[in-house]
Amino acid sequence: MLKILIYKEWAEVFKNRLVLFTVIFLPLLLGILPLVMLGTMGNVTGESSLNDIPPSALAMCPPALSAGECVQVYLLSQFVLMFMLIPLVIPVSIAAYSIVGEKRVRSLEPLLATPITTWELILAKALAAVIPAVVASWAAFLLFAIGGVAMAASPAVVRAFLHPMWLLAVVVGGPLLALLSVSLALMVSSRVNDPRVAEQLAGVVAVPLLALLFGQMSGFLVLNRNLVLVFLLVLALLDAVMLYFTVRVFDRENILTRWR
Amino acid sequence: MIHIRNLTKRFGDVLAVDDLTLDVAEGEIFGFLGPNGAGKTTTIRMLTALIAPTRGTAQVNGHTLGEDDRRIRQSVGLLTEAPGLYENLSAAYNLRVYAALYGVADAERQIQKYLSMLGLWERRDDPAGTFSKGMKQKLALARALLHEPPVLFLDEPTAALDPEAAHLVRDFIAELRREGRTIFLCTHNLTEAERLCDRVAVFRTRLLVVDTPINLRRGPFGRQVVFHLAEDAAPFVAPVRALPFVDACEAVENKLVLTLDDPEQYNPEIVRRLVALGADIRFVGELRRSLEDVYLRLVHAQNPDL
Repeated sequence: MLKILIYKEWAEVFKNRLVLFTVIFLPLLLGILPLVMLGTMGNVTGESSLNDIPPSALAMCPPALSAGECVQVYLLSQFVLMFMLIPLVIPVSIAAYSIVGEKRVRSLEPLLATPITTWELILAKALAAVIPAVVASWAAFLLFAIGGVAMAASPAVVRAFLHPMWLLAVVVGGPLLALLSVSLALMVSSRVNDPRVAEQLAGVVAVPLLALLFGQMSGFLVLNRNLVLVFLLVLALLDAVMLYFTVRVFDRENILTRWR
Repeated sequence: MIHIRNLTKRFGDVLAVDDLTLDVAEGEIFGFLGPNGAGKTTTIRMLTALIAPTRGTAQVNGHTLGEDDRRIRQSVGLLTEAPGLYENLSAAYNLRVYAALYGVADAERQIQKYLSMLGLWERRDDPAGTFSKGMKQKLALARALLHEPPVLFLDEPTAALDPEAAHLVRDFIAELRREGRTIFLCTHNLTEAERLCDRVAVFRTRLLVVDTPINLRRGPFGRQVVFHLAEDAAPFVAPVRALPFVDACEAVENKLVLTLDDPEQYNPEIVRRLVALGADIRFVGELRRSLEDVYLRLVHAQNPDL
């Protein structure tokens, strides 16, 4: 049942060019842009560029690396966090569109008249939004990683930016973030009059991540293994709580009688 | 098949359905008539376990509302007012989705059966969005029938259809009756109700009347008998109105129009009285009320502002 509902969502949603554009071009852009920056800044490897790196980040640089290598590691590390933005942005647009679509063609009533449970419906909608986002962000990261390996100054740089901590953040954190944003989008859309508001409100999820990103860029906060693990644990807990509440607040009656 | 007891639904301060008690027998086509906003769709939504009643209960196909909601949804088919199709998906895929949701064992065979019955098989691979209104409605009807539900709820099945498409849908509903399904038909098309339904209820927030279309036409406002006289009927109004069994009497040129409960019993006495008064009776006939007339009287009696 879930499989056909997910396929149904994809068949409907990907007919929308804006959604398709978001799913294909955003990850492509984020996969290539860092490599272009790396290529253009590749020659800036002197001590002067080290001054641009926050001291806290510089302290994280392995002692064996040269100043130029440290700059590269710093740059690549900034971009790894960007790959966690992809699973936040893409699923929200898919989830919001899938609900707007249901509203437009008034297909929710016959759907809710079937024996489907709210859990199954929410799960199908969430997975239909999360899967493409995760696949797209992993593909973009793969592109970034291959390019990064080819352009890195040394194997030490590769080892530093493809550190298990970053891989864990992208491979595990990405899906967790995607699920969080979709849950919020579905939860908000079941409580507001215009489901499109969900898209904007669900963007709130990006705020802590952006804070993390700017914190790291400014040197105010430097991600380390422990911080990433705590971050993932909190995300997993938040996901479970949000999914539970999304199902609880999905009030069939309210949605059917309010959406006209 | 459907047993409704004191079903009530309130949305905040608005009373949508008030204390509805009703029984629909197995294999019956039951017409649920009422103006827009009367609470017909709300009633259907409660009976299909889509929304919960504020008070009261119902049993649908042996399952109790609020206790076996999932079983109710499994055992009924619902045709919503709007077809609610996935317009980017093909007709067959639309049905495939619902076959999976209802757990239909031989989905492809069922899809072929209903698309063929409704004349859509040749268009099975076309997106539903390219269909005409009538075709969309037929596809929605096929979707409601895929899992062979014994009880069908049809909410305005021919609304917004052209006469030809409406005719096709009505024929199909009549065909479903022959299969022995119980059909709860919401409509404000009185001709449709008269043609299809075994019994009809007139509803406006609360149940106004329930009966067969024939009995409804006769009552609840009494039957009308017309006495065609050779002369002006006006002088006979007062003495005839004085008869205890005459509910109403008026003269229209040389016709005397009487409202009676039981014309078969009272007509001979009226004829005797008129002859005694010197009337020359040429012809006696019953004036048939249309269902529309009864419906309008009932609805207006409840709300004279309409």
